[in-house]
Formats: sequence, C-alpha cells, structure tokens
Amino acid sequence: MSKDGSTSFLTTRLEDFISWGRKNALWPLPFGTSCCGIEMMATLCSDYDMARFGAEAIRFSPRQADLLIVAGIVNAKMAPVLKNIYDQMADPKWVMSFGACASSGGIFNVYSVTQGIDTIIPVDIYVPGCPPAPEGVIHALMRLQERIAAGDTHSQRREAAQKRGATQKGARV
Amino acid sequence: MDIRTAVPTIYGDEWTRFGETWKSQVQQLRERFHGQIEDVRMPQEQPTDVPIVYVKKSAVIEVLGYLKAEPGFDYDFLADITATDEEVDPRFEVVYNLYSTVKKCRIRIKVRVAENEDVPTAVGVWAGANWAEREVYDMFGVKFAGHPDLRRILMDYRWVGHPLRKDYPLRGYQIFPTTAPIDTDLLK
Amino acid sequence: MEKLNNAEYGLPESEHYSIEKDPDDLWQDSRVIVNIGPTHPAMHGALRLCARLNGETIEKSYAEFGYTHRAKEKLGENRTYHNFVVYTDRLNYCSALINNVTYAMAVERLMGVEVPPRAVWIRMICAELARVTDHLVCVGINALDLGAFSYMLYGFHQREEAYTLIEKLCGARLTTSYTRIGGLMADAPSGWEREVKEWVQRTRKAIDEMDKLLTNNKIWCQRTIGVGVFNKEQCMQYSFSGPNARAAGIDLDLRRDQPCMFYNQVEFDVPVAKNGDVYDRYLVRVAEIRQSLNIIAQCCDKIQKGPIWSEDKRVRIPDKDVVFNTMEGMIHHFKFFMTGFDVPEGEAYTSFEASNGELAFYIVSKGAPRAHRMRIRGPSVWHFQAIPTMVEGLKIADMVAALGSINIIAGELDR
Repeated sequence: MSKDGSTSFLTTRLEDFISWGRKNALWPLPFGTSCCGIEMMATLCSDYDMARFGAEAIRFSPRQADLLIVAGIVNAKMAPVLKNIYDQMADPKWVMSFGACASSGGIFNVYSVTQGIDTIIPVDIYVPGCPPAPEGVIHALMRLQERIAAGDTHSQRREAAQKRGATQKGARV
Repeated sequence: MDIRTAVPTIYGDEWTRFGETWKSQVQQLRERFHGQIEDVRMPQEQPTDVPIVYVKKSAVIEVLGYLKAEPGFDYDFLADITATDEEVDPRFEVVYNLYSTVKKCRIRIKVRVAENEDVPTAVGVWAGANWAEREVYDMFGVKFAGHPDLRRILMDYRWVGHPLRKDYPLRGYQIFPTTAPIDTDLLK
Repeated sequence: MEKLNNAEYGLPESEHYSIEKDPDDLWQDSRVIVNIGPTHPAMHGALRLCARLNGETIEKSYAEFGYTHRAKEKLGENRTYHNFVVYTDRLNYCSALINNVTYAMAVERLMGVEVPPRAVWIRMICAELARVTDHLVCVGINALDLGAFSYMLYGFHQREEAYTLIEKLCGARLTTSYTRIGGLMADAPSGWEREVKEWVQRTRKAIDEMDKLLTNNKIWCQRTIGVGVFNKEQCMQYSFSGPNARAAGIDLDLRRDQPCMFYNQVEFDVPVAKNGDVYDRYLVRVAEIRQSLNIIAQCCDKIQKGPIWSEDKRVRIPDKDVVFNTMEGMIHHFKFFMTGFDVPEGEAYTSFEASNGELAFYIVSKGAPRAHRMRIRGPSVWHFQAIPTMVEGLKIADMVAALGSINIIAGELDR
C-alpha cells in the first residue's frame, strides 16, 4: 500500500519471500552448557532483548527449532548428544557457534574437550569471544539473517543442490 | 617467605589461634593410635598450613570416625577427599581435608597407597564421601574397597586411562560415537 | 489385596518393603524410566538425571555429570600460577570474581605475600558484588522455572548494572581475570566507589520491590514450602555449605568463622533459616543479598587511596616504563611471563565463602613454577550429589524447584 491508499504491486520470487519469512522468524534452541549460556540468557533478557530481531520464541525441543545456538563447551561426553540433537532438527536448520570453546576449544586444549563443534556438525556462523558480549550475539544474528536472505547457508545450499539433483537426472549431489 | 610466613589478611593468625589445640589433638591421636600413625607434619615446622597426619591404610576409617565423633576433636565436616600422584613408591596419597564446625579449625589426613591397592571407603562415616571417592577412582585409578557404586563419574564410562595421573598426556583425546545409555540396574 | 512380586521391582523380600496392589490405583503398573538432560531447560547447565517414575512421582533416580568437564585440575599442573588465573574464571561463571580472589589468596598464602590494603578492600567489594549477581541469577532462574517470569527480569536488570560496574573495573563482564598474584590487574577508575554506592542504593530498592513481588505470593509459597527438604543431619552428611546449609539451620559462614581479608572490620549478619526447603533457601539468598550490599557500602566508606601491588619482587609484574626502557626490566618481564615464578615448597588448603558455599584451592607445590597438584573444591559437587536423595518421592515439577534452589553451576561441578 502506498501513502495515498492506492494499491500497488510487489513482485518477488517465491524463494525470496520464503527466505524473508524464515530470517525474521528464527526459533532458537539454546544449547547452553557453560559460561556462554549465561551470556545467552542475558541476551534474551531485559536490556538486550533478542525478541527485537524475531528470535524470541525459544524452543527446547529440536523438532520445533530451526536455529541451534551452541553456547559453551562441547566435550567428548557431550559430542554425541549434540550430534543427536542436530540430526533431530528439521530442515532448513542453522547452527550458531557461540564463543571460543564451541568454535575452537578456546583456551581448553585438553584431553576432554572437542576442538570446535565444526568437527561434528556444519556451522553457519561463529561468534568470537570468551564469552561474547550480548552485542556480539545480536550482530551475529543479524549477519545470519542476511545470509539466510541470500540463501547462503549450509542447509539452504544442501536444499538447492537436492532440487538441482531432482531436475537434472543423474547429477550427483 | 613461604607458607610459614604469617600474612594477617590470609588466615595469618591460624597458628596462634589453633596451635595449642592442634598440638594436644595430635598428642592424643598418637596415644590412641600409636602403631597406626606413620608420620605427623606440623605447621611452622614443615611447610604446611594445618597438621598433616599420615595414617596406615588399615586404620584410616577408624581414625576418621574417631575425629568425627570424639569430644575435643569434632571434625564433623568432610571438606574434601582427593589424591595426589607422587611418582614414587607408594605412588598415590589419598588426602582427607576435615573441618570442625565447632572449633573452626582444620586438619588433614593422608594415606599412602601403592598402585593396584585398595583403600577402605569412608561412605560409612560420611554419606557424602561417595562421589568424591568416585572422582578419585576416575581421575587416579585408586580403588575404594566396599564402595557401593564405584563407577567413573566425570569421564565417559568407556574412557581408557586415568587423566590426572602424571603419565596421562594433557591432550590424550578419546572420541565416542554414542551417548551413555540409561543404566536400569541403578534404578531398581 | 493382591500381593506383588517384590523382586519384579527390584525390592528386597521383606514385610517393610512389600507393595500391595491397590485395584483402584491405575498408576500401579505404569512405572516408566525417563531420561532428563543433559540438555533440558530444567537442568541448569549440562546435568543428567535418570529417573524411574510412578505416574508423576519420582521413585528412584540417579544423577550424572561430567558433560562440561574441561580438565582444569590437569591444566593447573601444566600452566604457570600466573596463567591459571584465567581458568579460575570459568569455575563458577556467575561469580567469577570470587574465584579470582580465592585463587590469588591461595597462591599468596603459599608464598607469604601480603597485598596492600587498597587491593584487599577492592577484592572484598568484588567478592560481594559477585555474590549479589550470583544470588540474583539463582533466585531469578528458580522463580522462572516455577513460572514467575517477570521476577527474573527485575533481577537480570540489576545484574546488568552490576556488570557495567565490573566492566569499568576490568573490561570484561563475565570472565573477569581481575586479580593477579600479589595485586590486581588495574586500579579502580576514579569515582568507581561512588558509582558502586549509588548502585547499592538502587539495588536495595530493587530487592525490596522483588521481595514484594514474590515472597508472600501464594503460588510461590505453595510451590516451594516443604518441597525439597534436606534437614540438618543430612546436610552435614553430604557436606553442604553456604546458603544451602544455612537454610537448614547450620550456622556456618567462613567469612565470619575464618576471617580473611578485612571481614573482621565490617559488620554483617549471617542469615540462618531452619526448614531447609526451597522456600528457606530462597529467603536465605535474598537476605544474603542485603547483607552483601551492606558490606559493599561499608567497604566503599573505608577504602583509601594507595598502591594496589605488593612490594614483593617475586610476584610483581614489572612496570611498563621499566620494561620498555631498561634491559633488566625487559629480561625480568620475559622471564616472568615465559617461565613464571617459583612458589616455595609446601601445601595449603585455602578456602573462602563463595556464593554457593565453600570454595577451596588445595595446592601442593614442589618449588616449581607449576603446581604439583591443583585441587579445586567446588561446593556444587557436594550439593548435586544430594539431588537423588532430595527428590525421592517428589513430583517431577517439584524436582525442578529443588534443583533450581540449590544452584548448581556446571563449570564448578565438572571443573
């Protein structure tokens, strides 16, 4: 609708429209294990309020969520649990690696700690910091939204490749 | 300048407050368990903060029970159970840190254990010793005889080796493909 | 009534244990085994509880942890004493400053180093500030678990303000690494004490407001009074300390009983309740927030200008103008950070009243720049151990209340 009340048309591709919807309605699953989990809570609470970016519907069930926020350490005992949860999520799904421990093991290069969750599951966006400040998290969320709009994430690329494979018979995905 | 230097802001008056108590307690312990006490290290003489009483393995539960219940001792709070890897023979020292909520002083009991030897469990004295002993078993491989549920606690149940032993590498990673299942035997 | 086979339920054959089947009880044969955690909203951090339920009631359970094990004790043997300050932040991350202060104290005690009064006063303010934030998180999350969402938002706002003050002090919010062996990372900025006092005033008002919101709330009282009871004898058996022990009537506070720093120069009360249920733990924590605010206000009045570094050459980090302008200073700086300083032979168990209870570092030194054994005694392990006993016979929803009230922090639990 324009200002004078007359109706005008907005044309767009269906994929773009779906991406637009997806990016503004991210349902996060907080996988908070340690210190970063506290900062994630601070981001969701008063003063920072992640709801402003359409990501306030926290879902603790992996089947209802599409953004997995891995906040904190993942160690040898936890790694299979994380893999299970990622596998249970429905496509399209995104993963945010929150903090140094999740991204690379951080200062804990020791026997029990997985050196980065990207050795287990594909990660779309990394947030640096130990732990990252809430501003950093919000910045990462906005960057992720941009990339979802552009279709430039692991799960969207996988989806596109599957579609291509279906149309071009014999093409390997 | 070491632990014997009194620093007023960090428990510096401990020796003046508890010195006499500790001396009489150690004397009493020596009389009561004369053959069972291997060695005593007193603060000021040795670099330690509280008296360390080395007890023979066979008598440790008796000593702990005595310290807990005997009037004049009242070490009723089990602050910690841990171990150290000394890399000599006997290899491990199991350490009991006790605190008296009545007298507000502390004492430390130590037991020397060789590799592949058992220590009697303290669960009968303090029910809370359960997990601390499991942790010592997990981290050092010291077994506790008579423990109700001696399993690994921090590491996965398939873990090989004991991480806090000095010969375990800092980066000795181990990877497991599946999660630990529920142990239904524990729920009966 | 029909007699059940005891062995079927894993119960010993005796009169006392016999289960009689009630024909009207539909739940009799509906026992189910449930796995809660390690990632579950009700589990604070990565904890796991496996429970056998009868209907909604937990008949038996066992707890597991170790899902955030980061090998800090092993790192303590492989890092210099100076480097290890960073790892102490990640113990109880809700009150990192207390861990910093306790660790610095433990190493200073082994070395016989005395820090100047200003540093001690700042450390005391830090410890109490951290205690307030920790308790705010604990009671806030506990209330959130039971449905009081707005209560948590009040607490978290006050906590954000405290973090602003901490950020001014050391540049970080959560993982502070503020203390150094023999001193502090930096002096407090000018006017910081005044800002802290203003924050104390505001927080006092906020606590009163929060008090009105929840303490006499009917739903809150019904959900918490008489739930998760752990009495005095059980607490002593399981080595409870801190607010959880005080809620059961054990008059135990290391700040008063083993006075370190300048705690004997400030006035404060030790709140003690008697029932040891979820409600009493909440009351004790709120009362402790008030006491901590009093201590902070007194510290801000008594603090004086002065140096923040000990004069001891062994631990003092060389000043930057010495490092950049003299050869000796440069070498000293290099040696300090690359090889670390030697700590004389000895062992000490240094404990301090952390926000959850007795936090202690048992350090055995053999005269090297790295510890021979760095044992960290965190209160959460001993509290979490009691959970299967505490929740036996409770409903699942009450288990959530009990678990939230004893405030288990995974970083301190798993180390």
